[in-house]
Amino acid sequence: MTGTFMGMPAFPEAAREAVGDGALRANLRRATHTIRDKRARAVAELADWDRLRAAGKAVKDHTLRHLDRYLLRLEESVTAAGGTVHWAADADEANRIVTGLVLATGHREVVKVKSMATQEIGLNEALEAAGIAAYETDLAELIVQLGHDRPSHILVPAIHRNRAEIRDIFEAEMGSWGLPAPDGLGDDPRELAEAARLHLREKFLRAKVGVCGANFMVAETGTMVVFESEGNGRMCLTLPETLISVVGIEKVVPTFRDLEIFLQTLPRSSTAERMNPYTTMWTGLGPSRGADGDGPSAFHLVLLDNGRTDTLADAVGRQALRCIRCSACLNVCPVYERAGGHAYGSVYPGPIGAILSPQLRGTGSEIDASLPYASTLCGACYEVCPVAIDIPEVLVHLRERVAQGGPVTREGIRVRIRPAHGHTAERAAMRAARLLLDHPGALRAGERLLARARRLRPRRLPGPGRAWTDTRDLPEPPPQPFRDWWARERGGRA
Amino acid sequence: MSSRDRILGRIRRAVADGAPDPAIPRDYLPVHGTRTPAETADLLAAHLSEYRAKVHRTDEDGLAPLLMRLLAERGARTVLVPPGLPPNWLAGADATRVHDRAASTLYELDAVDSVVTGCALAIAETGTIVLDGGPGQGRRRITLIPDHHICVVRVPDQVVDSVPQALPLLDPTRPLTWISGPSATSDIELDRVEGVHGPRTLEVVLLTGPAE
Ligand code: SF4
Repeated sequence: MTGTFMGMPAFPEAAREAVGDGALRANLRRATHTIRDKRARAVAELADWDRLRAAGKAVKDHTLRHLDRYLLRLEESVTAAGGTVHWAADADEANRIVTGLVLATGHREVVKVKSMATQEIGLNEALEAAGIAAYETDLAELIVQLGHDRPSHILVPAIHRNRAEIRDIFEAEMGSWGLPAPDGLGDDPRELAEAARLHLREKFLRAKVGVCGANFMVAETGTMVVFESEGNGRMCLTLPETLISVVGIEKVVPTFRDLEIFLQTLPRSSTAERMNPYTTMWTGLGPSRGADGDGPSAFHLVLLDNGRTDTLADAVGRQALRCIRCSACLNVCPVYERAGGHAYGSVYPGPIGAILSPQLRGTGSEIDASLPYASTLCGACYEVCPVAIDIPEVLVHLRERVAQGGPVTREGIRVRIRPAHGHTAERAAMRAARLLLDHPGALRAGERLLARARRLRPRRLPGPGRAWTDTRDLPEPPPQPFRDWWARERGGRA
Repeated sequence: MSSRDRILGRIRRAVADGAPDPAIPRDYLPVHGTRTPAETADLLAAHLSEYRAKVHRTDEDGLAPLLMRLLAERGARTVLVPPGLPPNWLAGADATRVHDRAASTLYELDAVDSVVTGCALAIAETGTIVLDGGPGQGRRRITLIPDHHICVVRVPDQVVDSVPQALPLLDPTRPLTWISGPSATSDIELDRVEGVHGPRTLEVVLLTGPAE
């Protein structure tokens, strides 16, 4: 995974910097709480939520168990429908394939739909190095791109920017990328959206190549599915002559019918809506084979491994591959709420990032070794996850891995990693602990949830305490948080 | 070794530990609640309105005058017409008809004010209309580029209650566009703004009475 942000400090340092940024924290807090509350209402509308969640989990686990078979079936279906399938073992190979495909069209511009897979492999940078301009068309991604910035949330990548900042970015930068911002641009969201509309429409109508990811790929039919809100996805998927999708191999589902589960759970978990404004499904070149000028006349699917098969090889960690990138876990995470997405140093922030990035990339770097500690293990992320990923369980598992070493699979090869130097692991753990102790709100939220009938409780202590718990179970969580007890006993000086 | 073989090999080794292979429980509900067809239509209307789509109701006789009025209120001078749209629908409209042709350029479509289409079906529980490029709907691009989309849904024939009821009625080989309200973004401080790139105004006409 080349998506490591260069020179990124480990989570604790990055987080400490972020929690000191009052504006960022206020933006994040408001945003995560708004989505969180709405989501709870949207989910409560479906009496069978738990059953949908169990079904989604089972579909994903079943698919992962037979991933080889379903990928071959997908390849067959997509090919039969007029598409071309490519396989990329890692980021470099995926970038080479996409760059080659774009160059072959003779065009030097692509319009992009927001896609985490292409961010993960650093596609925009690879295209740029080959002299190809990649335009992000999602409004938030546009804000991030124009602001020479990084996304900080899976779903609302510019959540860390307020309207005044966005206005300034548009004024300063739009002109050098195409249509400049209108004179006297104000900071009303409506006006800002209008400016983005004009700026991007010119690109959509001109673009000959589109690049996207996909939320789901259906093995049985070869159908690709993209969920979105703005219509930029529809533009990129429909108007260009050539369409290139870069998709992680874990995004396949067996049957068209399986979509009935995720069409219900993804929007509600994600934007807390009954349904997102637009979902596009296309199968190869469609019945007309692209001859009717509706939809691309060439479709390429790049199936991306890049650490996914290594993740699959880990019996505890593989559940991270169930993730449908809804971002619900970010919005409930007390650590994310204070630290923000950038602190995680990867395209996957929040609780899912803390378990996915170190698995995709290995725990070799300091940031990756510290990510499993970027959590209070409060369990809220598991509760909201629409595919029931037990994130705390994987976090504890990865902490053990960092602290104790053990067998892992790297690029398909079984290797044994050495325990991190005692003090490295300890340092990572202690820094993470200090972050929380310095910011009592985060800790308190974590403790409260823990005390409140925790379903999941780590059986073992993570990190350096592990040796002690190797042979014992941890005691029950206390009936009340330590802090509350302290406050009561010691006169409220929490 | 090709990357394809390498990836497939890695997968096979990765799951050789006897990874669990759960059966997929399908005990989730096919529909949430029991409704009469009229209640289903009401729910569709309510959910579409919640997404700030404008909902109108009429019958066969009222359709042409309604469409005429909606286009006139919008000040539409030109209206895109898919090949299979029943000709009487736009019988009263003053706007110049622009026919959907493969040859028309995107810039030509961008200059058109409105588009009128039918749909494949609509889903009440989620407030969604689904287009599949069938007769009366035209190509995907015509409901994307103009800023104003009027979609006619036959009630009750084309309305289902739930997502699980909708999928078996759709053909995945056709390009499918699911639309729930007009284009929207919440990217700026989570304020919802309608219309970034797709049509900013979506009007849905619930047409009662049997199909012709
Ligand atoms: S881990 Fe679960 S809650 Fe988090 S983004 Fe993935 S699917 Fe959503």
